Amino acid sequence: MILDVRNLKKSFPTSGDPVIILDDVSLSLNAGEVIALTGESGSGKSTLLHIIGGLEPAKSGQILFQGDDIIALDDNQRANIRRKSIGIVFQQFNLIPSLTVRQNLTFQARLSERGDDVDLAALSASLGLDTQLDKFPEDLSGGQQQRVAIGRAIAAKPQLVLADEPTGNLDEATGRSVFDLLVRLARETGAGLLIATHSQALAAAADRRLHLTHGKLTS
Amino acid sequence: MTGPVLSALLSHWRRRPFQLLTLILGLSLATALWSGVQAINAEARKSYDEAADILGGGGLSELVRQDGAAISQDTFVALRRGGWQVSPVVDGWLPAKNGRVRLLGIDPFTMPRETATGAIVAPATFPDMMGQQGVIFAHSTTAARLTSFGDRLREIENLTPGLAIADITAAMALTRMDGFSRLLISSDQPLRRTPLNEIAPQLSQSTPDAAEDLGRLTDSFHLNLTAFGLLSFAVGLFIVNGAVGLAFEQRRPVFRTLRALGVPARRLVILLTVELLIFALIAGAFGVLLGYLIAATLLPDVAATLRGLYGASVEGTLTLSPMWWLSGLAIACIGTAAASASGLIRVARMPPLAPARPRAWAMANLAAMRWQLGLAAACLGAAILALIIGGGLVGGFILLGGFLLAAALALPSMLAVLVAAMSLVTRGPIAEWFWADTRQQLPGLSLALMALLLALATNIGVGTMVESFRVTFTGWLDQRLVSDLYITVDDEADAPALLAFLDERADAILPIWYVDGDVLGAPAQIFGVSDHPIYEENWPLLASLPDTWNRIAAGDGALINEQLARREGLAPGDALPLPGAWSTTIIGVYSDYGNPIGQVVLPLDTLVARYDNIDRSDFGILISEDRAEALKTDLSQSFGLSDDNLVDQSALKAFSMSIFERTFAVTGALNVLTLAVAGVAILTSLLTLASMRLPQLAPVWALGLTRQTLGRIELMRALILAALTFILALPVGLGLAWVLLAVINVEAFGWRLPLHIFPGDWLWLAGLSLAAAGLASLWPARQLAKRPPADLIKVFTHER
Repeated sequence: MILDVRNLKKSFPTSGDPVIILDDVSLSLNAGEVIALTGESGSGKSTLLHIIGGLEPAKSGQILFQGDDIIALDDNQRANIRRKSIGIVFQQFNLIPSLTVRQNLTFQARLSERGDDVDLAALSASLGLDTQLDKFPEDLSGGQQQRVAIGRAIAAKPQLVLADEPTGNLDEATGRSVFDLLVRLARETGAGLLIATHSQALAAAADRRLHLTHGKLTS
Repeated sequence: MTGPVLSALLSHWRRRPFQLLTLILGLSLATALWSGVQAINAEARKSYDEAADILGGGGLSELVRQDGAAISQDTFVALRRGGWQVSPVVDGWLPAKNGRVRLLGIDPFTMPRETATGAIVAPATFPDMMGQQGVIFAHSTTAARLTSFGDRLREIENLTPGLAIADITAAMALTRMDGFSRLLISSDQPLRRTPLNEIAPQLSQSTPDAAEDLGRLTDSFHLNLTAFGLLSFAVGLFIVNGAVGLAFEQRRPVFRTLRALGVPARRLVILLTVELLIFALIAGAFGVLLGYLIAATLLPDVAATLRGLYGASVEGTLTLSPMWWLSGLAIACIGTAAASASGLIRVARMPPLAPARPRAWAMANLAAMRWQLGLAAACLGAAILALIIGGGLVGGFILLGGFLLAAALALPSMLAVLVAAMSLVTRGPIAEWFWADTRQQLPGLSLALMALLLALATNIGVGTMVESFRVTFTGWLDQRLVSDLYITVDDEADAPALLAFLDERADAILPIWYVDGDVLGAPAQIFGVSDHPIYEENWPLLASLPDTWNRIAAGDGALINEQLARREGLAPGDALPLPGAWSTTIIGVYSDYGNPIGQVVLPLDTLVARYDNIDRSDFGILISEDRAEALKTDLSQSFGLSDDNLVDQSALKAFSMSIFERTFAVTGALNVLTLAVAGVAILTSLLTLASMRLPQLAPVWALGLTRQTLGRIELMRALILAALTFILALPVGLGLAWVLLAVINVEAFGWRLPLHIFPGDWLWLAGLSLAAAGLASLWPARQLAKRPPADLIKVFTHER
C-alpha cells in the first residue's frame, strides 16, 4: 500500500453552519493500482485530491504516504514530497506557457533532479508528441496539451499520480485516448493512480471505483 | 530545483520581450534622471569643498577683526613677536570676463604647509611670486578669463576654477587693500604665547565657514535639482511598478503550477527576487550611463548658473567616482524593491491553488481607490500643515511634495467621476459601452495617468514660475538699469581724468562704487549712489518711508534689498548695523532679483567717508542715444578702454537675460525629460493593457464593430483621458507655481515674485500632451486594428 487516507474531514466555515466537504473519508491505494473517483460536481472529488497532494489543508484525519502523515507536515515538507513523489494532472492542463513542450515535459523531473533519467524520445513517442517538442503550449490542441501535462507528471517517475478530471475539457474521443494513455503510463511505471472523473464509462476501466456523495465515500 | 524554476520564470520575458524592455526602460530612465542630478550635485559640491579647503585654510582656525575691517600689518607683526604662528591672507576679487574671480593673497613663507594652498604652491615658485608684480596662479579656465594680466599669469591645473592665488603684496596692490582679511593660525604653536587680548583685543579666533557660506547659498539650487530628480525617479517607478505588477499577475498561473509541482513559496520568492535583482542591476547600469550623459550635457549650464547666480565656480567637466556608480546601482535596486514589494508579498502569501486572475492587476477594486483617496487627503493635510506651521526650505518642499502627491493620488477617483459624468450626457449603445469600458480601464491606466499628471503639473508650475520670473525680471531690469552706458576702468588712478573728460560730454555721471563686508553676520555689498532724480523715477521700491530719496540724499539712512530684509526680518524704520561699528536707519526696501546676497545702498558721500577699500572702478553715464556711440569711440581712443570696459544698457540687459536663460535651461531640460518619461509610461501601460483586453473587445467585435473601429475607439479613449488629465493638471500646476513663487523662492532666494498667467503656454502644453498620448496609443490601436480574427475567436473557444 502506498497511500492510506484515514478519517479525513474538511469543512468550510460560513456565516451559519459550516459546509461539510469531506466527511470521514478513508481509502487506500496500492502501487500500480488505478482508482476512479466519481461523484457529482461539488461532491468533494477535487478537494480530496488537493488535500492528498498537500495543496490544501484538512480539518482532521491522516494521509499516510511514504511513512509521513501529509496533513502533519509543514508547507516546505509537503512541497518536497509533491516535487519528488507525486504527479498531478489538472483539468486546466496548467502548463507553463513560456516553456516549450520539451521543457514542459521534463520540468518536474528536473525539479526533482531526475531530469537526466528521462528518455524524452520514448516518452514523447508514447505521448504522440514527438513532432511537437519545440512548440509552445498555445500552439497545441487541448488534447495535446493534456498529454504534455500527463507526460510531465509521469516523467518524474512518481509513486502516486493524482488526476483531477483530466478529460473534463476534452471531447469524448480525445478524452478516452488521454485516459487510456494515463492509465497505461501509470501501470508501466508502477505508480498508483487516483483519478477523479465524471465519466462512468472511463471509470469502468479502473481497477476500483469509489463514489463521493456530499463528502461521504461509497464503493 | 533552482535552475529549472529560474529558467521557467525567465522564459516569461523571452516570450514577452517588449514587457522586459518596458521594465528595463522604466528603471533605466528613473535611475538616469536621479543619478544624473546626483552627479551634477556631487560635482558642484566637490568644487565647493575644494574652494572651501583653499579659502578656509584647510580647516585651520583664523583670526579676524570683529568689526569686519582689515587687520593692520602692525597687528600682524605684534602677534608674531608675541609667539603667534600666524600667516596673513588677503581675500578679494579681480575683475574678469563674465564676472569676477576670487583672489587669495598669501605669504608663501609663513603659510602652513598643511593647508591646500600651501600644498598647491611649490617652494620653487616663491621667488617669482614676490613683489607687487609677482606671478598669479590660476586654473587654465580661470586664466582665460583674466585677460589683462598677460605674462604674470601661471596656470595650475589642480587649483579650483574661479580662484587665483598671488603673493600677499601683489594681492594687496590688486585689491587696493591696506591690511589683511584674516590671519591663519598654524596648528604648530609654541607652548607660551602672549594672550590674544593683550596684543590685539579687536581680533577674535574663529573657524572658517567658507564652505558653509557657499553651501548655504547654493543649497536651494541643489534642492531644486534633487526635487526634479526625485520627481522623475517617482515617475519612472510608476512604469516599473506597472510592468512588474502586470508580469506578476500574468505569471500567477505559472506560480500556481510551480507551487503545485512542489516548489516551496519561500524558494519562489527568493528566485523572483534574484530575477528582479538581475534586472535592477542591468537597468541600473544603463541608467547610470544615461545619467552620466544627461549630467555631462547639463553640467555646463549648471556651472554657468552657479557662477552667474552665486559666484560659485564649478568645473564644466564631469568626473565619475566609483561611489556614484554604486549609488546609481543601489538606487535602481531600491526602486525595484519599492516597485515590486507588494507583488512579492502577494506571491509569498499566495496559496498553491490561488485562482488565476489575469485581469486582477487592471481591475483594482473600489476599496483600493477609496484608500488612495484617503491617502491623498492625508498628503493634502500634511501640505496644509507645512504651509501653516512649517518654515524654511524643507517646510516648503514638504508643502510642495504633499500637494503634488495628493493631486496624483486623487486623480483616479476624479477621473472616475468625470467619466461617469460624461456617460450621463452621451447616448447610444457604443457610447454606453465606451464609457463603461473606459471606467473599467481606469485602474489599469491610473499609474501612467498619475505620472502624466505629475509631469504636466510640473511643466505648468515651473513654466509659470519661469515666465513670471522672466516678465518681472525684464520689467525690473528696464527700471533698474538706469544708466545708458557703463564704464569700468582697469586702474582707479585713471578715474579723475575720466571724470573730467566725461564732465563736458555726459548728461550725468553716476558712480557705481561699492565695498564688500559682512552685514548682520552674512556677506553683503554696500553701494554708494549719488543724488540724482533718475533713481527716484526708476528705482523699484517694495516698501519705503515717505520722502525716500531726499532722506537718502540727506544721509538719514539706507536702502536695503529684499533678500536682506526678508532674511533678517527688517522693515523701513528699523536700525541697520553696518561694518565699521556704526548703524543707520532703513529708509526703504528694493527688489533685487538674481542676487543671492544682501545689499545696502548709502549716499555716495557716506560710503566714501566710512570705508577705505572701496571699489571705485565702475561708473554709469546718462547720455542721449544719438551721442552714445561717439562717446564710446572717444573713450576708447582717449583712455584705451576695450569693449569689455564700455557696455551700453542694451548689451548689459542682453547679458543679464542670457544669464537668466542659462539659469533656467537646466529646468527646461528636466521639464522635457519628465514629460518624456510620462509619455513612455502611457505607451507601456497601453501596450501591456492591450494584451489583456481581448476578452473585453471580442464580444463587441462579434456584435458587429470592426477591428478598425475598435482601434479608433482605443485611440480616442487615450486622447480623452489625456485631455481630462490635462484639465485636472491645470489647477495643480497653478497651485505648484504659487508654492514656488510665494514659498520656495522666498525661502531659497529671499525674493517673492508676482504670479503671471500664460494661457498660450497651456494650449501648447495641452497639444503636446495630446500628441504624446496619441502617439503612445497609436501602436496598440494599430495592433488591435490588425489583430487576426482567429485571436478574437479564441476568446469564445476558451483556448487562450
